[in-house]
Amino acid sequence: MKELFVGVDVGSVSTNIVILDDKNNLLENKYVRTRGNPIKVITEAMKEVGNKYKDNDIKGVGTTGSGRNLADIILGADIVKNEITAHAIAAINFIPDVKTILEIGGQDSKIILIDNGIVTDFAMNTVCAAGTGSFLDRQSQRLGIEIQDFGDIAIQSENPVRIAGRCAVFAESDMIHKQQLGHNQEDIINGLCEALVRNYLNNLAKGKNIKEPIVFQGGVAANKGIKKAFEKYLGKEIYIPEYHDVMGAIGAAILAKEKIKKAKHTRFRGFDSIKLDYKVRGFECNDCPNMCEVVEIIADNKVLARWQDKCGKHSNYINNNDKLA
Amino acid sequence: MKITFPHMGNVYIAAKGLLEEIGREVVLPPPITKKTLELGTKYTPESICLPLKINIGNYIESIEKGADTILITGSCGPCRFGFYGSMEKRILKDLGYDVEFISFDPPEGNPNALLTEILKAAGTKNIFKIMKAVSRGKQVLYSADNLLDYSNYKRAVAINKNKVDQIMDEFYFKIEGTKGVNEINSLISSSYDKLKILKEDNKIDNLKIGIIGEIYTIIEPFVNLNIEKKLGHMGVIVEKSLTPSKWVSHHIGLGQIGISEERKKWKKAKPYLPTLVGGHGRETVGSAILYAEENFDGLIQILPFNCMPEIVAESVLPSVQKDYNIPIMTLIVDEMTGEAGYLTRIEAFIDLVRKRKESENERIICRS
Repeated sequence: MKELFVGVDVGSVSTNIVILDDKNNLLENKYVRTRGNPIKVITEAMKEVGNKYKDNDIKGVGTTGSGRNLADIILGADIVKNEITAHAIAAINFIPDVKTILEIGGQDSKIILIDNGIVTDFAMNTVCAAGTGSFLDRQSQRLGIEIQDFGDIAIQSENPVRIAGRCAVFAESDMIHKQQLGHNQEDIINGLCEALVRNYLNNLAKGKNIKEPIVFQGGVAANKGIKKAFEKYLGKEIYIPEYHDVMGAIGAAILAKEKIKKAKHTRFRGFDSIKLDYKVRGFECNDCPNMCEVVEIIADNKVLARWQDKCGKHSNYINNNDKLA
Repeated sequence: MKITFPHMGNVYIAAKGLLEEIGREVVLPPPITKKTLELGTKYTPESICLPLKINIGNYIESIEKGADTILITGSCGPCRFGFYGSMEKRILKDLGYDVEFISFDPPEGNPNALLTEILKAAGTKNIFKIMKAVSRGKQVLYSADNLLDYSNYKRAVAINKNKVDQIMDEFYFKIEGTKGVNEINSLISSSYDKLKILKEDNKIDNLKIGIIGEIYTIIEPFVNLNIEKKLGHMGVIVEKSLTPSKWVSHHIGLGQIGISEERKKWKKAKPYLPTLVGGHGRETVGSAILYAEENFDGLIQILPFNCMPEIVAESVLPSVQKDYNIPIMTLIVDEMTGEAGYLTRIEAFIDLVRKRKESENERIICRS
């Protein structure tokens, strides 16, 4: 019998699913774009995985990312963790003496400092688009190049243009300005990478002591231009793990494994129940001026979860003693 | 005369009791909701700090309920709070609301002005009666804060944490229906008793987190997105460096003779921040050190966006963090705060603190 652990990271831009065995070897690795429909993406990806494995192979499930509670409802997770802890756990597992983790995802970026395998400090940027993957995505679309080629083009540049990277809006107009002056495309793209890195280091990493070894993970780590820019500004070597884009999910799976050691039994609902038709219904509660937009997840005519209410009366409604989300 | 005042944690409970004790009619502002914040944001300057926005929302909602007089305290600390009274008066006037403003400003050489304002609010010249009401109001404030602190403790240690929420929700729901100090007191003590009998889980080693920072954001649950509740549900015991009781005790009580907690904080903060930087900047640094010395596991600083005194404190805190070896995280709140990112940070911080404590414990065991 196999002992497998599932890790699911539902992010704003991508949803990642991994399956680890009990020795932390990666057996499955799925990276799918969320495209604003996490439920569909999770159920479809799990269906594919489900064809290869049996219910009782799965010994534990962990979820992370901004959609972690949603994934928990659908899968039945043993542990629901924030993405900062999940990323740290994954990195520590691959490079035990890691000191700094740089993580840039679709909608947020993080820096995590580690000492002796323990997180000592972190910072997370959620509001500024100039430091994240979606900014690069948008600019590559504007320039008409594929995001996969972005990094390769950037490293061809010999003369990066300096682009004001403090704010995504200004960066874009500055970039257009440089374009109209006649600069090379690769120089502009490289300039963008450097602008993003400068913004990251000046905002997020301000005052933080970045020590080696440094690990760079998250979707943006695939971009060679960004890696090069980090090395240029930090003057240090950057290490990119092989599975940099699914590190959050790997962390969730490892956490699930640790949890199962104590809890013994998994809460995994089985591959069959994932095939159910999950529906989301929203309603506005008019009981007070907060007018919370409550969301319900329904499957098989049964309400599985409710959330988004400030007072908690809807989310507690289903089971009085057990908070749902 | 129907008096109203802005919300600030438990203050409304005491203010209501106090004013009703001297026969004043009180219109409580409705609990702060998204609507309050929307009203406030609409009618205030964009870059002003969050508390003023919510104050204005409170006033408008109270006026809609029939209030015609607004009561606010001034401030001694040179931060924007000092202008709140005058600014709010003008904003409401510009909006066309015809309301009376009573503002208790610090005397600063003109005690008569303060006295006139107090008499206006009290509606009686019987100083003895006023003094008695003030002292009873103070006592209500202390017991309300005490109840809140106890509920926070209880939530962290209780087996059924939702029951704690239920008892406290019921308490806040019933408070509006009470009249006078006696009824409030009996409601407080009955809620306290209900909390007391809840079963505790003794097996868990609870973390202790100190909340420091700007007073309004620390004590107003709507503004800090219920941080005490969130931490409580994670099994964390929370202590706040500033509460309305502590503020009152400093300004009308022990502080005047120089032995309040604030003075202790100033002394502790001295090596890092020897002077007043406005608001509670110095107190924040001092509290951080006091909590570190009391072996708290971690500290969370909360401040409203662009609050100058707290920004000064924020830049001092990394030195405290290093010297006293205690994790500190800063959270900035304003009307744009997204709850998801906020919660992620709190969770990650608690994970960090917990892991640290576990490895610390292991080290101690290995050594002995």
